[in-house]
Amino acid sequence: MTEITSLSLFELIKNIKEKKISSNEVTKSFIDRSEKSKKLNAYVTENFENCLKLSKEFDYKPNFDLKLPGIPIAVKDLFCTNEVRTTAGSNILNNFVPSYESTVTQNIWNEGGILLGKLNCDEFAMGSSNETSFFGNVQNPIAKNLVPGGSSGGSSSALAANLTPITIGTDTGGSIRQPASFTGTVGLKPTYGSCSRYGIVAFASSLDQAGPMSKDVKDSSILLEVISSFDKKDSTSIDFQRNNYSSELTRNIKGIKIGIPKEYRVDGMPSEIENLWKKGIEYAKDCGAEIIDISLPHTSYALPTYYIVAPAEASSNLARYDGVKYGLRSSGESLIDMYEKTRSEGFGEEVKRRIMIGTYVLSSGYYDAYYLKAQKVRQLIKKDFDEAYNKVDAILTPSTPSSAFKIGEKSNDPVSMYLNDIFTVPVNLAGLPAISIPAGTDKNNYPLGLQIIGKPFDEQTVLNIAYSMEEKINYKNNITDWWMK
Amino acid sequence: MTIDLKTVKHISKLARISLEEKKAEKLADDMNSIFEFIEKLNELKTENVEPLASIAKTTLRFREDKITSDNIREKILKNSPEKNDDFFVVPKVVE
Repeated sequence: MTEITSLSLFELIKNIKEKKISSNEVTKSFIDRSEKSKKLNAYVTENFENCLKLSKEFDYKPNFDLKLPGIPIAVKDLFCTNEVRTTAGSNILNNFVPSYESTVTQNIWNEGGILLGKLNCDEFAMGSSNETSFFGNVQNPIAKNLVPGGSSGGSSSALAANLTPITIGTDTGGSIRQPASFTGTVGLKPTYGSCSRYGIVAFASSLDQAGPMSKDVKDSSILLEVISSFDKKDSTSIDFQRNNYSSELTRNIKGIKIGIPKEYRVDGMPSEIENLWKKGIEYAKDCGAEIIDISLPHTSYALPTYYIVAPAEASSNLARYDGVKYGLRSSGESLIDMYEKTRSEGFGEEVKRRIMIGTYVLSSGYYDAYYLKAQKVRQLIKKDFDEAYNKVDAILTPSTPSSAFKIGEKSNDPVSMYLNDIFTVPVNLAGLPAISIPAGTDKNNYPLGLQIIGKPFDEQTVLNIAYSMEEKINYKNNITDWWMK
Repeated sequence: MTIDLKTVKHISKLARISLEEKKAEKLADDMNSIFEFIEKLNELKTENVEPLASIAKTTLRFREDKITSDNIREKILKNSPEKNDDFFVVPKVVE
């Protein structure tokens, strides 16, 4: 039999239900592999002992009607987990142990999932390479000293290295899709309002959305079905009829109209990305889709808009970290002095940079010129998509403008780091669902992803297109376990 | 437009983040390169565009004004850096 850790979630569930393997055996396998993979630095906090205990309890009294029966799952350390340390990759939350559970993780435990551990991420999800984490870089299992993408870099690394069968990330400007693209895995950002934000450490509240990351499209559909729910505890959660995404999954996309936006052909885009996109268009045609050229004229304004909106919301959200009620406290002469020292020592450079930008654009005299302006351009970006969706059912683009880069290569130049998210950011500004699927490799054999963007609440079409194309692309990661040698 | 050192220091006061002189200079440089990139938005005329604050079209829901949690005082105090009985302790504020 294939190694347990390389099975898909779907296969694991099947084997557990057929009593071919127990939850405890599965859990042991993933823990064993995780123990041998510490060099990847994917975990911030391990929950191994408790996970083993809960898997035994599951096996003693199994419930095979659950959607994730006894499946161990490691999650991004941005989700609050009751009684398990939650750091958001930051020194300021280094000692924080929540007394409540995020809705998304609670949904997973309710369906039989068991917490394996908390995965590394960029500090407060601010980054595209996992290099801003207080807990250090994460290695991409694809090759040594390669970033796993970010901010859900621990998640993508653990997933690609088979340390967890599936995982969840959060996506504010590409933080699920870009790391999925860099590691040859699948990552889905659902429509804004699909998955509850309750208990997720907030970054930019009008953009943040949790979503599944998995080894294949079917697994993402299973996990989305579990985590997507209406939640009164999130004021922007949306009450709509959710599909049974996994049972409604089909490869039949005949006649579906897929748009190709010419504005995504950006200057200086490597030819291998261009070629990947062309190949993707051919695959989509082979699957029976109709290809239509479209225009999203304000695409090039998305990134500047994002770098006003996201830091502004972040500066407001992160005002709560003041050293009074929880988290790190530095000593100070006065209350204000304590605040300033706590925040200076507790936050890393990138987080401080974004708080400063956000504070500046919201400060007296600058609000109209920056924040209001950005909100207006955000409207134009959303209208571009609204108009495109009068003609097409979905949009196909590359996920990222390049493959994974080396650790340290871009960490000193914030703007060049931000450009990583050029294809993913417009989707967050418009609140749309989008998936990244592995579609090929570059000259170094590093994975490259394609992005499928859907209409609001139409995750099913996005998943179906991805499922259909995935079969034609037939991508396989080549992981050599170099970190174990 | 350029952001000078004085502005950076003012903003760091507003953001309640203490900054060393050297770090402030680096931050000014970073902020200037980021704002140079943001200035691109000025190419667009937006006088007649409605600002978009949130994608969720619904207005925020009201909830009943009633307590829904049990007695969670201890849970809340558990993470506090410094406490005294049932209070959070901070440096002296009033002389």
